[in-house]
This record gives sequence, C-alpha cells and structure tokens, in this order.
Amino acid sequence: MTYRFRDLLALEPLTADELRFLLDQSKPFQEIQKHPLKKLATLRGKTVALAFFENSTRTRISFGTAAARLGADTMNLQAEASSIKKGETLLDTAFNLNAMKPDCLVMRHSASGAADYVARHLDIPVVNAGDGTHEHPSQGLLDALTIRDRLGTVENLNVTILGDIRHSRVARSNIHLLGKFGCRFTLCGPSIWVPRELERIAPGVPIRCVYKMEEALENAHVVIMLRVQTERLNDPPLSANDYILLYQLNAERLRHAHRDAIVLHPGPINRGIEITPDVADGPRSCVLEQVTNGVAVRMAILYLLISGASESGTHPALEAKAAPSEAAKGKPKESANAGD
Amino acid sequence: MRIVEKAQLMSAAEIDRTLQRLAHEIVEKSGGTKHLALIGIVRRGVPLAQRIAQAMRGIDGVDVPVGILDITLYRDDLSKVAPQAVLRSSNVPFGVDNMDLVLVDDVLYTGRTIRAAMNGIFDLGRPKRVRLCVLIDRGHREMPIEAQYTGRNVQTSDTEIIEVRLREIDKEERVMLVDRLE
Repeated sequence: MTYRFRDLLALEPLTADELRFLLDQSKPFQEIQKHPLKKLATLRGKTVALAFFENSTRTRISFGTAAARLGADTMNLQAEASSIKKGETLLDTAFNLNAMKPDCLVMRHSASGAADYVARHLDIPVVNAGDGTHEHPSQGLLDALTIRDRLGTVENLNVTILGDIRHSRVARSNIHLLGKFGCRFTLCGPSIWVPRELERIAPGVPIRCVYKMEEALENAHVVIMLRVQTERLNDPPLSANDYILLYQLNAERLRHAHRDAIVLHPGPINRGIEITPDVADGPRSCVLEQVTNGVAVRMAILYLLISGASESGTHPALEAKAAPSEAAKGKPKESANAGD
Repeated sequence: MRIVEKAQLMSAAEIDRTLQRLAHEIVEKSGGTKHLALIGIVRRGVPLAQRIAQAMRGIDGVDVPVGILDITLYRDDLSKVAPQAVLRSSNVPFGVDNMDLVLVDDVLYTGRTIRAAMNGIFDLGRPKRVRLCVLIDRGHREMPIEAQYTGRNVQTSDTEIIEVRLREIDKEERVMLVDRLE
C-alpha cells in the first residue's frame, strides 16, 4: 500500500485503509523519538517551507522538529513579519515561496480551503496544517495514534467532543478519521457552539448533540476537549464562570465516562476554564503524549509526501491533479522538484 | 523482463545446517556471550537472526537477545529505487551501548544495506563491536564491508538475483539463483 495523494489537505477523502496506513507508518517514527540520537538523514538536501499565515506555536514547532529530525531544512514564513501585511495575495506569497524551490509546503491559514486552493496552483506536495474551520489533518492523525496506543484500538469507540465545535477544525478531522472506524460521537457545549446541523457533517457517522455534560460523558471511551477561545466567550453571552459551572471537565464529571476513558486536548490548555488541573495532569490525560506523537505523525507525513513526490512527475496523484487552472493564468509554472 | 530460475543453491535442510554452523562459529569466536546480541535486518534477516539465537540456546543454553532493524530510513537511495518505501517497525529491546552486536542479513551484495544498518545502530548508542553474519555472500561490493560469518559464497553476474525464501515469510524454504532476461 502507498499513499495515493500528492498532498495531505484533509482526512475526509481518505479511506479507513489509507488512514490506517498513515497511522502504521507513524510507528517507526515514534520509536525514533525514544532514540538518544533522533536525527535521520533520510530527507537530507530537501527543504520544507513552513508558511503559517495564522499564528501557531505548537504545530509550527512540531512540523519544524519533524523536518529537522528527518534531516530536511526548513524555511519559515510567519504572518506578522511578512509581506502579507504589505498586501501580497496568498497565491503570490505561495508562488514566491515555491520559487525558492522547497520540496514541500506546510501551511496554515485562517480561511477554510486555503491549503487546497494553494495546492491546486503548485506542483509540490502541500500539507494542510489547519485551514479555518475546515480540517487539521495532522492533529486528527496524532489524536488517533494516541488513542490507539492507549486503548489498543480506534474502532467502535464512544467519543465525546466538548467545547466550541462549530469553529473547530480539530473536531472535524477527528470525526472524519474516527468515524471511518465505526466510532460514535457525542458533541457537547453551549448550543451556539454545538448547532444541531453538526449531526450531519459526516454522512453515515452517528453523531448526536447533547447539551448536558454528564449525559454527554456517559460511557465515553475518549473525551476530546477543545480549547475555549476566551475571546469568543462573549459571542454567546456566557461568562467564564457560567462556562465553568456548566461545561468544565473536572474529576467529578469524568466519573460518568467509561472507567478506562482517556482525555485528549489539542492545546493550549486554559487551566481552570475548560479543564481542571487535576484532570489535565491526571492519569487519564494524554496531553503530552499527543505532543510527542505529533512529531512522529508529521515525520511520517513529510517522509511519505516528499519521498513519493521525488519520482519527478510520475507520481499518480500528479496526473490526477488539475491542469493549470484559470486563476493561475499568466503565472509562471514552477517545475517540480528542481533538485532531482 | 522475464525471471528464470537457474539453480537451487540451498535446500531447507542445508539452510538449517548452515545456520547451526553459523551459531557455533559466532559463539566460538565471541570470547564470551555475556554482551552478545543479534540484530536482524528487516525483512529476511529477522527470522535468520531468530533461528541463530534459537540454535545458540542449544549450545550450552546461551540466551542471546535479538533486535529488529528496518533500514529504510537510513538508505542512500530515497526515491530512486522505491518511492514511498513502506516502513516497518524496528525493535531493539536492549541498550546497544557496550554490546557485542552481530548484524544478520540474508544476502550481502553491494554493502549499502549494511552501511545503512550501521547508521541505524549508532543512532541507538555505541556498541563495543559490530560484526556481520550473512547466509549468502554474492560479491559485487560497493562499500568497504565484509562479513565475518558467511553461510556460502556464490559467484554471480550482476543480472542474477539471489532469492532467499524462508518459511516465516515466504511459506517455502530454499535459496535460488535466478536471472533477469530483458
């Protein structure tokens, strides 16, 4: 089995077998995290462009570490200090980065579909590191890897996701991945963050919205917390104190979950808001394992995409890719993998 | 391209006898087995290493740990031969610092696999000594690498392939010399 796409833009189009393959390929990289010497030379001479048009600390450092441990170099673009501030379009920025001949582009953007849009105009692999409220595929994969390590399986689990699900790309990637393995979802949070139409975002996947936390946690094997964006707390008129009262995950509430339940959080954690410190630091919490696994998953992604693309132009996904489209007209087309 | 079988080089019984002999040679030449460990190179080096370890148990009950090493990430031909080579898990369940390691593989050819394996090993620590044991040495080296323990030396042309079939992986057990005809 190989990964059949040139890019990693979303988990939704992937089959269960393909997702399992990505998880399996992350395993050797998990082992490397335990080595005294963690640096490989596998991607020596390759360059990974990291373009974070939206702020990120963890994901950017995680991809940077993954690239470094594979022996690749990185070029970094951060929104605050870049020409985006000077009015350059997304596509122009992407063409300029591509003109420096990276072998892969990892990008985050506040607009849903941004990575897909850029990928259609570039001939190097593009990894979506989070686009608006759409998907965050590497987070979905590292969550699944963490669950599989802890519970031994990702199949047929009861998964409860808590918080601002409407705006969460993490929740969507989780649902699209775990849903293909027969998991059932309960979404819970203030009703404005958990609208009922979420029950239909993944056809065939059992999803229900519940507004009482104890009920949502009932018999859950996996509890996925989302960060409460405190700046959004004013959006539904809900004070932090009310949120704590109604939706904070504490040890008392966690008792409603399955006795082997685990707790995930993509970070950063707001201690004392959505989760109490005793749960965040307790034996069920997988928060730091998620971070460690994040590097392994991202190493697997970079390895698969860059080693696959190096077959200069013969990779099947390249042919499936649309020919230069309307929006690209007049733009010089960069040749792929000029280093080969 | 056609693959033609030219000769059988070893039968199942011969493979078995050869591994017994290699086990004896390694124990005899190691000067003590306290720090001895075998590392099987994925894929066919792994069952070979396990069988040699099994044979060593029959020699004064010597119990030698066996590690598994996948060298894919250490190869020097990323994307040239096999794009997206599927990774398999390595598992070296002991610290390699100060160990007396014997790498085990089925066929020694250019030596590049062994070069890669040594890179992999040294990422795990600093062994005291590393030796190499192979079932077949077919020549054509491109690296300054030799095996200390060899099951059989076979003269080959570079269009020929040595096919090692082991029951754990291939459901049959023999070594063949095959030729690629354009």
